[in-house]
Amino acid sequence: MSTSARTRIVGASVPRKEGVDKLVGRARYIDDMEREGMWAGVTVRSTIPRGFIRSIGFDKRIDWSEFAIVTAADIPGANCIKLIFEDQPCLADGIVNHCDEAIVLLAHPDKHKLRAAVAAVQIEYELLPAVFTIEESERQETIVWGADNLLKNFLLEKGDVESVWAHAAHIVEGEYRTGAQEHLYIENNGMIAEWSETDGIAVWGSLQCPYYVHKSLLSIFDLPEDKVRVIQTETGGAFGGKEDYPSTLAAHAALLAMKSGHAVKMVYDRMEDLAATTKRHPSRTRHRTALDQDGRLLAMDIELATDGGAYATLSSTVLSRATLHSPGPYVCPNVRVRSHAWATNTVPYGAFRGFGAPQAIFAVERHMDEIAAAIGIDPIELRRRNFLHDGDTTATEQMMRDPVILDQLLDRALTESDYHAKRKRFARENARSAVKRGMGIAAFYHGSGFTGSGERYLNSLAGIDVTPEGKVRVLVANTEFGQGTNTILSQICAEAIGIDYDDVIMAPADTNIVPNSGPTVASRTSMVVGRLIERAGHQLVAMLREHAGLGEDFKSDDFLAACERYRSVHGEVVSLCRYEAPPNVFWDDQKYRGEAYPAFAWSVQVAQVAVDTVTYSAEVEDFWAVQEVGRVLNPVLAGGQIEGGIAQGIGYALYEKVVLQNGHMANNQMTNYIMPTAEDVPPIHVFFEEIPFQHGAFGAKGIGELPHDGPAPAILNAIRDATGVSFNAIPLLPEDLFAQLATEPVVAEAAAL
Amino acid sequence: MSHRQGTIRFRVNGESRAIDVAPMKRLLDVLREDLRLTGTKEGCGEGECGSCSVRMNGELVNSCLVPVLQAEGADIQTVEGLSTCGALHPLQQAFLDCGGAQCGICTPGMLMAATQLLSINPHPSMAEIREGLAGNLCRCTGFKRIFDSVIAAAANDQPSTRRTTHAR
Amino acid sequence: MIAPGSLRAVLELIASAPDQWTPIAGGTELMVAHAAGRLAPAKLVSLWGIPELRFIHSSEECFAIGAGATFRDLRAHRGIAAHLPLLAKASSWIGSIANQSRATVGGNLVNGSPAADSSPALLVYDAEVELVSVRGSRRIPYAHFHTGYKRNAMSADELLFAVHMPLRFAGHRQYLRKVGTRRAMAISKVALAATALMVDGMVSEIRLAAASLAACPARLYKTEAALLGGPIDAETIDFARDALLAEAEPIDDIRSTAEYRRRVGCNLLEEFLREFLAEGSNS
Repeated sequence: MSTSARTRIVGASVPRKEGVDKLVGRARYIDDMEREGMWAGVTVRSTIPRGFIRSIGFDKRIDWSEFAIVTAADIPGANCIKLIFEDQPCLADGIVNHCDEAIVLLAHPDKHKLRAAVAAVQIEYELLPAVFTIEESERQETIVWGADNLLKNFLLEKGDVESVWAHAAHIVEGEYRTGAQEHLYIENNGMIAEWSETDGIAVWGSLQCPYYVHKSLLSIFDLPEDKVRVIQTETGGAFGGKEDYPSTLAAHAALLAMKSGHAVKMVYDRMEDLAATTKRHPSRTRHRTALDQDGRLLAMDIELATDGGAYATLSSTVLSRATLHSPGPYVCPNVRVRSHAWATNTVPYGAFRGFGAPQAIFAVERHMDEIAAAIGIDPIELRRRNFLHDGDTTATEQMMRDPVILDQLLDRALTESDYHAKRKRFARENARSAVKRGMGIAAFYHGSGFTGSGERYLNSLAGIDVTPEGKVRVLVANTEFGQGTNTILSQICAEAIGIDYDDVIMAPADTNIVPNSGPTVASRTSMVVGRLIERAGHQLVAMLREHAGLGEDFKSDDFLAACERYRSVHGEVVSLCRYEAPPNVFWDDQKYRGEAYPAFAWSVQVAQVAVDTVTYSAEVEDFWAVQEVGRVLNPVLAGGQIEGGIAQGIGYALYEKVVLQNGHMANNQMTNYIMPTAEDVPPIHVFFEEIPFQHGAFGAKGIGELPHDGPAPAILNAIRDATGVSFNAIPLLPEDLFAQLATEPVVAEAAAL
Repeated sequence: MSHRQGTIRFRVNGESRAIDVAPMKRLLDVLREDLRLTGTKEGCGEGECGSCSVRMNGELVNSCLVPVLQAEGADIQTVEGLSTCGALHPLQQAFLDCGGAQCGICTPGMLMAATQLLSINPHPSMAEIREGLAGNLCRCTGFKRIFDSVIAAAANDQPSTRRTTHAR
Repeated sequence: MIAPGSLRAVLELIASAPDQWTPIAGGTELMVAHAAGRLAPAKLVSLWGIPELRFIHSSEECFAIGAGATFRDLRAHRGIAAHLPLLAKASSWIGSIANQSRATVGGNLVNGSPAADSSPALLVYDAEVELVSVRGSRRIPYAHFHTGYKRNAMSADELLFAVHMPLRFAGHRQYLRKVGTRRAMAISKVALAATALMVDGMVSEIRLAAASLAACPARLYKTEAALLGGPIDAETIDFARDALLAEAEPIDDIRSTAEYRRRVGCNLLEEFLREFLAEGSNS
């Protein structure tokens, strides 16, 4: 299994497997589907951030006999969305802990009757004091979760930071904040559920992880595994926003199906999806850094806090990744990271592309530029002096055994962006211009796959089968939602077996059909699951050679003939493989030490930004991204992932703000939650370096989340370069720039005056 | 014309249709529910995302904002009307080749906007492409490969393959 | 919802039951409200496709734009591009291409948002609005059309028929800039329009209008007065900024803050005045 062997299909930009269906309008998303006799469902949600539910009334102006009504009392099993902790109810029972928490479910044959019905449900509350920020929660004056509001905390230690302060040449401190961010997938959350006494539950919907939903439904309905079936439908974007939330929506739809005796469709409209579903964790990170007189890092003392919202959901794993990415791609002998995830009375925050890394990397990469300014070293040079290299160890004592080429990535990024010449030019031109320009960089890694022992715990199973009709199917629970799962895994399968890309199809992401190959998250699909498919392909060929007379060289016809011979003896043609951890990957969860990730992807990004001092708007004019990602399996798809991640990162930095009023998202419309349009995105230049990773499919590492880690710090570093003013919080809107820049003269004195 | 329900007549993708619907029903819902043309999507219901874009009488419209009564007598093109006889429209082929579609939910609307753009401006500049697509939000691609797709389709546009539109 | 199909029929309908019928043209505002459940149950009368409302007429002296003209109609019209460039520019800012093909001038004005895109340009072009009913027609200066937040001077039985503009600004310096949340599909946080004439180094005419600096689109008369008759120099620019600061009454809302709007409004004014000074009249 040589990762650098020549390949025909892997590494080629074959067309997207489901591309034609999407282009001709044939792809069927959940709202495109109907069922015989289907009812429509809707959710009645809390209008307060925290309090007891004193009564639920149903106004007589509605004929409730036409409706199915579900409350917590109707839940057959455990009223809990099982994820990591078990604190989140499926439906609020007696108490609500955030605005828009689900309390009552309604279904009716006519969806147009639902709006009036929701308005006719009258809920009386007894208000309880609520907390809305990290600061309020950590003060612990009002306890809203557990004994102390603390959802999770970590301590990562290397060396002894306290021993360094006294004799360090330089000590630099900074505080950096990131706001919530909404996924804004263009397809809202949606599910269709069916229930029957005999067959149990079946749900179809827009989701990332069929087996997560499956697991949740088992305990909510107290059903055995074979009585719950989950099928992913074509999914219009996810970005992590459909990792855990679909479990809640599936349960709701299934409860209504059970109560009504009909199939039930629940599809959120945009206002509801924005207000009620997960978003990226807000964060506050404090850095205290000691350096020697040459600008080499001596100690990094980091305190990182996230806002987890009202329930734990994924806050512990997000915090873990944030912790592990907070020291940046640098060598430092003494590191201490103390991280805390705090509960507040807001809609629970969840997974979003990057999963804690964007927050942590924003802080450390902004801080590096602040250090550079404070101690008088060029920010590029400062990074070079501290970059990790082969053989160095990280803050968790993980040795870099695979090549680390940050210097080359940096060199290329500087060259492609013409960084130095532009900085000089802008420095000259800015004095005479109302528009100030600057250049900024960010250097970072992103750990591929689950942290530490996560993959061992997932114990994924995946493989390939061949149907009697001669279809070669990839059997995975991993889903396509635009990032290319179907295409990549088909390429790997075809390459590993030695047949054509067009000979391979994906088995439906249906828990009745495919094994549990783990969730589609953490940039693991290509590297980990792809590897399983690669092995399964080789295993299948070996099986057929050994038992069905398949020759050394073969074409598709020979292969299928061998499959039929094999089937006539064994009944089926299936090749499954179980995850095998790479050797030398040991992680100590207690000490928080060891190999945090089996592989890292590396990147340097450069932003060119223009700040208009008339309007205080910052815009990204140009953007470059150089990354080392192992093997690029499909250049068009890979490039598309980087570009899309960068666009989201630009939104995160400059446009996207979640405005909360009393814990409810007040700007829950697309007209008021602002993402960049086709007129706002800069040209984006993407360059790949490839160092094949021997334990990833054909050498691949993960790439999906990497590109979202860098834009925010690169952009704000560029704004500092342009204006000389430090901005340390995102989203950085014109109103925020105005607050700090307003003291500057608007336009340099015009000659005419 | 009647208040409540009436027969609305229009052409969709070259075919005459007559539907009995409430006049205020959104054109988007008529297409998706009554005509089962589910290619046109709903992303926001407020005319912001463009995933419901269709071409009506030679103009691009957000079908979530059109009461069907106002589509009486109209000539409508949806994504289902782009390809004929099983062959992809050059724009669709370009999107496939260049990676202009990822999750695909914005794609029908984007194709309509791009078709509209190229129908009135066969060789648009980059600025004109950006403006032409500014009403269609894509969360996956960062727009770059959508721009590439439109440029590729415009470059390949030869008279022999130019398609007749449904404009009046 | 009904569509009588002619102006006469619509006017008779709304005269017969004033305040009961809500006219709907392209629906780019009303359909959003309807979808969100914010449209009070009303009877809707469709103005779409009524030919008497959708026109652009020009003579040597003036333009008349029908209330049913869409912003695409305005953008496509060479005469507007040539003689009313600020209006052409404003038209390109309405929503997106898809919105422009449905949004009408009449809808934009009657909806009466303080952030309306076409209003500042119309104000500095001395527009008049023509209102019609079964009783006849009347014209009032557009500057008198908005009487408060989303309130206007129309009677219950009136319809906005047309907007008239005299063609007397060819020699004026013209300026229009909108500040939104992004480059496209953005509601104005603040916008400034200006037409001005300089004679012998003195400001002989000046019209300024803003979006989102008051409860409705408005002329900035006090700021105009601060500039009229004088030169443009560092001192008068400062004086004008102060006048605008005093005259503007922006608010904090979901999109922006009063403070930002005030400051940026002043910055736009200064940007215009410096351009005016540098390049003189006759843009």
